[in-house]
Amino acid sequence: MPIPELVCPAGNLPSLKTAVDNGADWVYMGLKDETNARNFAGLNFDAASAREGLRYAHAAGAKMLIAINTFPQGQASKRWQRAIDGAADLGIDAVILADAGLMRYAAERHPQLRLHLSVQTSATNYEAINFYQERFGISRAVLPRVLSLAQVADVIRNTTVPIEVFGFGSLCVMVEGRCALSSYVTGESPNTRGVCSPAKAVRWEKHGDTLDARLNGILIDRYAPGENAGYPTLCKGRFNVDGETHYAIEDPSSLNAMALLPELVNIGVAAIKIEGRQRSPAYVAAVTRIWRAAIDAHAKNPQLFAVQADWANGLARVAEGQQHTLGAYHRKWK
Amino acid sequence: MRPRLPLRVGRHSDNSAMALMRMKLSLGPVLYYWTREALMEFYAGVAESGVDIVYLGEVVCSRRHNLRLDDWLGLARDLSASGKQVVLSTQALIESESDLKALRRIAANGEFTVEANEMGAVRLLAGRVPFVAGPHLNIYNNETLAWFAELGAMRFVLPLELSRDMLRELQAARPAGMQTEVFAYGRMPLAFSARCFTARHHDLPKDDCQFRCLDDADGLALKTRDRTPFLTLNGIQTQSALVYDLSESIAELRSLAVDVVRVSPQSRDMLAIIEAFSERCAGRPGAPLEGLRVAAPCNGYWHGVPGMEYRN
Repeated sequence: MPIPELVCPAGNLPSLKTAVDNGADWVYMGLKDETNARNFAGLNFDAASAREGLRYAHAAGAKMLIAINTFPQGQASKRWQRAIDGAADLGIDAVILADAGLMRYAAERHPQLRLHLSVQTSATNYEAINFYQERFGISRAVLPRVLSLAQVADVIRNTTVPIEVFGFGSLCVMVEGRCALSSYVTGESPNTRGVCSPAKAVRWEKHGDTLDARLNGILIDRYAPGENAGYPTLCKGRFNVDGETHYAIEDPSSLNAMALLPELVNIGVAAIKIEGRQRSPAYVAAVTRIWRAAIDAHAKNPQLFAVQADWANGLARVAEGQQHTLGAYHRKWK
Repeated sequence: MRPRLPLRVGRHSDNSAMALMRMKLSLGPVLYYWTREALMEFYAGVAESGVDIVYLGEVVCSRRHNLRLDDWLGLARDLSASGKQVVLSTQALIESESDLKALRRIAANGEFTVEANEMGAVRLLAGRVPFVAGPHLNIYNNETLAWFAELGAMRFVLPLELSRDMLRELQAARPAGMQTEVFAYGRMPLAFSARCFTARHHDLPKDDCQFRCLDDADGLALKTRDRTPFLTLNGIQTQSALVYDLSESIAELRSLAVDVVRVSPQSRDMLAIIEAFSERCAGRPGAPLEGLRVAAPCNGYWHGVPGMEYRN
């Protein structure tokens, strides 16, 4: 079985360098604008830092990907097309695209440019993935975080497109690219602006002992004294359904599929992606180092593979929320 | 601000003829899980209603089975005999081989137009038969719309979160022969998940959900902790709590050369809602919708602001 490549997030140049230093095979980044799905203030790359990042990655034998994975609206495609042109001129190793119009532009204008299908494309089945392959010659597809292991295996059996899956990080409970909850509340969504539950719409309110977290006025959660208050991502709050208040959509947990690494390798996953361009260089360093160690350990001796206690602890220290989940890979999560 | 572009739409370039042309009214697929009897009764009423196009089929969850494909096809033939144009809608989230098997049967039905709701369906239809590109295909810009036209889409449904200004831009460079449909009434399907939120609420595994979504003919209300209606749980789909309502913007839809206005089913008063929209599509005032909606209205997306807002 081939060893899966490790694909790590880089929200800025220090993160990119630390990902490369800690053993990432690929690093992925985006520009400082709405052309990518982590369009957060203070994050991302300009032309100079992208050039330096690519130089650094290549010097270490790593590859660099650029995410241009939002959807231009109306007649706005030019800006996204310029981002693709810039990436091709830079000599980037691949672009991650979501919009079909942009894929076609890239395939026609830059036939040598390698295309990866973004998770934002919502391609959950091999008919969809094979269609993008036939039409645009995609070289890899990133699966949305909705399939069980058996379903991932079925996709892999029925396509020649190498498949990348998420291994660790913040968890979208919704099919990526198919969620407009954020624009419903704030006017801005991952598809349209590259943001979810944007910080500018967040308001914290103290009422006596309780702390309210609001998103454009909507109460996402209310914390009693002593409770850990998390960022009010709108699907991860506590809501009232039928008189019962609970995490009705998703707990504030994050994905950790390390325990499934042997199965992911066995079914033929080509690459494992780490989420978190919005996280710190320290997060990137820790997660990259630990996953590198795990993938190498498994490659060296698959039979003896077990998640080491210090790996688990190291990941737990940087995880978002209080707990880990296997997510949709594990049927019960659904 | 983007400049407002003049309309340069092939087929629709004659504005006076356009104004006279009656916009068509469509009824979207039933997004909830209703009993077989309720569905049959509902569509018996629809057959007599003023709706022009009827979308049929289960688009949310493959476990729902009160009507099987053969039942839907039977209904489609009946509605067709009543003068309705029928379109078979496909499931928005395809996960398993059995989902694909069902999808292939719909795509190859040979009798009715199909609405593709994800790209697997598009692969099965492209270049073979004309199809409708559904609201979840993420056709956000002119280049993508042009690509869908080449694949054989005869009509596309505007993504829910796009505004009238974006629609204007899309219409200005719309490929010849492409029709435009806009979701104009109903709780909005905002998100899909692998997880069933209805089963989760009842603490049941998805594989043994006991079809509890049958209990909620208009979905399960999710409120904030200060009791504001926020979202609606409908199995693996999450909808708005508020009802999207463009009934006051019909003239604007017409001026933007929209061909089809879609209303999405709810469990009560749907025929009255169809009537109210049908009148408006014909250029008449139509009855007010107060008292007919299952929740308060919103129309923010249309105005380019948060979807939950309502602007006069």
